[in-house]
Amino acid sequence: MSLLHLAIILPFVVAIIIPIIYKWTKKIHTGWLVLPVPIILFIYFLSFIPKTMNGSTVETFQWIPRYGINFTVVVDGLSLLFALLITGIGSLVVFYSIYYLGKNKERLNNFYAFLMIFMTAMLGVVLSDNLIVLYLFWELTSISSFLLIGYWYHRERSRYGARKSMMITVFGGLMMLGGFIMLHIMTDSFSIREILAASEAISQNALFIPAMILILLGAFTKSAQVPFHIWLPDAMEAPTPVSAYLHSATMVKAGIYVVARFTPLFALSPIWFWTIAIVGTTTLLWGSINATKKNDLKAILAYSTISQLGLIMTLLGIGAASLHFDNLSDDIYVLAIVAAVFHLFNHATFKGSLFMMVGIIDHETGTRDIRRLGGLMRIMPITATIAFIGTFAMAGLPPFNGFLSKEMFLESLLNLTKLNLWNADTWGILLLIVGFIASVFTFTYSMIIFFKTFTGKQKAYLLPKKPHEAPFGLLLSPAILAFLVLFIGIFPNVIAAPILEPAVKSIVPSLATNADFHIHIGLWHGITPALLMTVGIVILGTILYKTHRFWKPFITTRVPKKLRIGKSYDKGMSYLEQGSYRFTMTVMTGWLRTYLNYMLFAFIVLVLGSLILTDSLNLKFENLTSVTLVDFVLAAVILVTLIGIVFSKSRITSIILLGAMGYTISIFFVIARAPDLALTQLIIETISVVLYLLVFYHLPQFSNIEEKPRFFSVKTFLSIGIGITITLVALSAYDTTFYDSISQYYIDNTYKEAAGKNIVNVILVDFRGFDTLFETTVLAIASIGIFTMIKLRLTKRRDKNENQ
Amino acid sequence: MILKIALSIALLLYSVSTFLYLYRILKGPTTSDKVVALDSIGMNLVATVALLSMFYDTNAYLDVILLIALLAFIGTVSFSKFIEKGKVIDRERDN
Repeated sequence: MSLLHLAIILPFVVAIIIPIIYKWTKKIHTGWLVLPVPIILFIYFLSFIPKTMNGSTVETFQWIPRYGINFTVVVDGLSLLFALLITGIGSLVVFYSIYYLGKNKERLNNFYAFLMIFMTAMLGVVLSDNLIVLYLFWELTSISSFLLIGYWYHRERSRYGARKSMMITVFGGLMMLGGFIMLHIMTDSFSIREILAASEAISQNALFIPAMILILLGAFTKSAQVPFHIWLPDAMEAPTPVSAYLHSATMVKAGIYVVARFTPLFALSPIWFWTIAIVGTTTLLWGSINATKKNDLKAILAYSTISQLGLIMTLLGIGAASLHFDNLSDDIYVLAIVAAVFHLFNHATFKGSLFMMVGIIDHETGTRDIRRLGGLMRIMPITATIAFIGTFAMAGLPPFNGFLSKEMFLESLLNLTKLNLWNADTWGILLLIVGFIASVFTFTYSMIIFFKTFTGKQKAYLLPKKPHEAPFGLLLSPAILAFLVLFIGIFPNVIAAPILEPAVKSIVPSLATNADFHIHIGLWHGITPALLMTVGIVILGTILYKTHRFWKPFITTRVPKKLRIGKSYDKGMSYLEQGSYRFTMTVMTGWLRTYLNYMLFAFIVLVLGSLILTDSLNLKFENLTSVTLVDFVLAAVILVTLIGIVFSKSRITSIILLGAMGYTISIFFVIARAPDLALTQLIIETISVVLYLLVFYHLPQFSNIEEKPRFFSVKTFLSIGIGITITLVALSAYDTTFYDSISQYYIDNTYKEAAGKNIVNVILVDFRGFDTLFETTVLAIASIGIFTMIKLRLTKRRDKNENQ
Repeated sequence: MILKIALSIALLLYSVSTFLYLYRILKGPTTSDKVVALDSIGMNLVATVALLSMFYDTNAYLDVILLIALLAFIGTVSFSKFIEKGKVIDRERDN
């Protein structure tokens, strides 16, 4: 186990320790104890930057080597980018949460334990090379996210949100597991690197497309793509640090990570390209439109996250085209990948700061409703500055980093129209238009967040608390992020070479050997079509913002009601519940006779079906013994008693007839020359008749509970069916013996070996005495059971005699 | 040979008689009729088994004969007790 493994496990270990030491460290806020963990990890991962610029680091820990499941950790550019985001923003979030969550009110041991589990899980997802280990950590993110969303479990909405996110992400996770197993079937390996190396070979496999679709389902559910985005707005019931960390910067990008990771494999297929591009742009548009209709700041940010994730996804989809061109001299399709990675980083920074900003407002004013907020700029100037930077970066305005990645996004969409592959040059224009409209809406909701909150009239009477500027501790984390937003906006090349370039190289492997490839992000790239589009976005977005209150009712009430996917989820769940309830209630009647009907019906269908299907119906009557008159008479007696039992109206008649039948059967044994059987049969028959008589006293009259037997009922048909089935089976089984009987051995050896003349008894106690032993045991158990059932009455009133 | 024919005839007659008793069990107006018919079937069976063991020329079934006679008695007694008291085994009288 290397240092790298320990780095991944470290938060998990801390999560185990935290609840233990929590009791003795009540005076210190638990967050201070946790804070060093992500900081140390962040510094540790920073030390990998020089290594990843030249290649990747691989460490293996044998876990289940027999099945090829090993905890292999690979640090390459893409993993490192994610690891730095997870640990870096993790540190900031932990610091922020120290001031956000009260020491006395909250159960901090739970919070930090969940958070640390999540951190381990997330690091495991991005650093694992083994598919099964990746899936393990993937599920761990779902579970820890479930715990964190339901942190305030006394709230109904929290529980609902946690459940919903769990259902959807676990559904996707299971689909992804299926995809992983298909990859394993195709390549006989769980290692991602080996699978990617074999991409050419498996792209022709029949399982290639199913595996792709299943893995995409997993990625889409995790990354909140349409139509699986519905869990993210409900996950906003979590504490704000959780929303900032999980639902903007890290977990929702796990799907992005998977898509990026498998791009070298699946990008060979046009289905990958089109699915991701279409789903991504749909998500982008849908999220941005929905964000404009919300009043809750966190809900706006949730939809904005959905929309931005769609944007990154679209870029990854477009970037898939780059794998089809060997000549990368012009780099126009690689640009999409660069833009995706860059925007991934940018989004984590500005969205994290925005969530923390909203948390501050919630903390200091008591509400997040933009209808109640306004004019906070003068009271909270620092928060307002942070919000200004965050929202304008999100809207894509210079000089912030969002501007650069948005320019690259628009340029990639423009390049798409030139792509001479998979009809992209004809349909790409549609994606361009959708991307443009979505950008306009993005601009609009960004403006709504900032201006509705911080400008305008102050409505102090609507606020639950008297607003004031937040303490330094709350402001530090978002301020650092906002500074990053600004800094990277002005000096984007600081991260280009050390972080973005290796990441792009691990997504597009052909670039890894290309020494000439260098990313250069220019702040000013001249007047390009993309810049003109940005100008158009700003103009249209401003118009939309100014007219927001006129068209907002239209969006809120009319359009989405028909398209609301969250509602169909709720309906689907309730239909599922009601449906299964109704199904259970119809099938599980509680009547034994119903279950007996099922069993008998299944028996008839299965036995008769297999008799006919396997063609084993064998009705030959050649080797039969001759039937004597006595046999006929006895059979007639049994038939008469049988009919008498079925149609008798009183119990006592049935019992007498049953006794008569039992005696007749013993005569059959006599005829068949089995004196021991006849003896036993007679005794048992008598005893059972007496037993029936014993319990008769306690039973009601027959006719009271049983209606007259009708001839045309299910029961009749089933009995006839069973009779016919058994008869056919017996007739077919007769005369299909393939070997001679082994009974000659017993006949020869009964006296010689076992010193007995009664062959039946010798078999029972000598040759096959073992069965007799256990049949004796059965009788013993039965008698003890009867004794217990009669004597032991725990619930009922005790007998008078026993009390004395 | 004559013995075999005689035995067959006797068996047939006993079978017919068993059928007639069976008719009584099915039709018998009271339970007592049915119980007596069952008892008589038992006695018929004693005779049938005796005839059969002669027919097969074996003494392996003599136990069966004795047993049927015994059990028919027990069965009839328990039925009679049931008809009389409604139950078969009396509980020991409590103090």
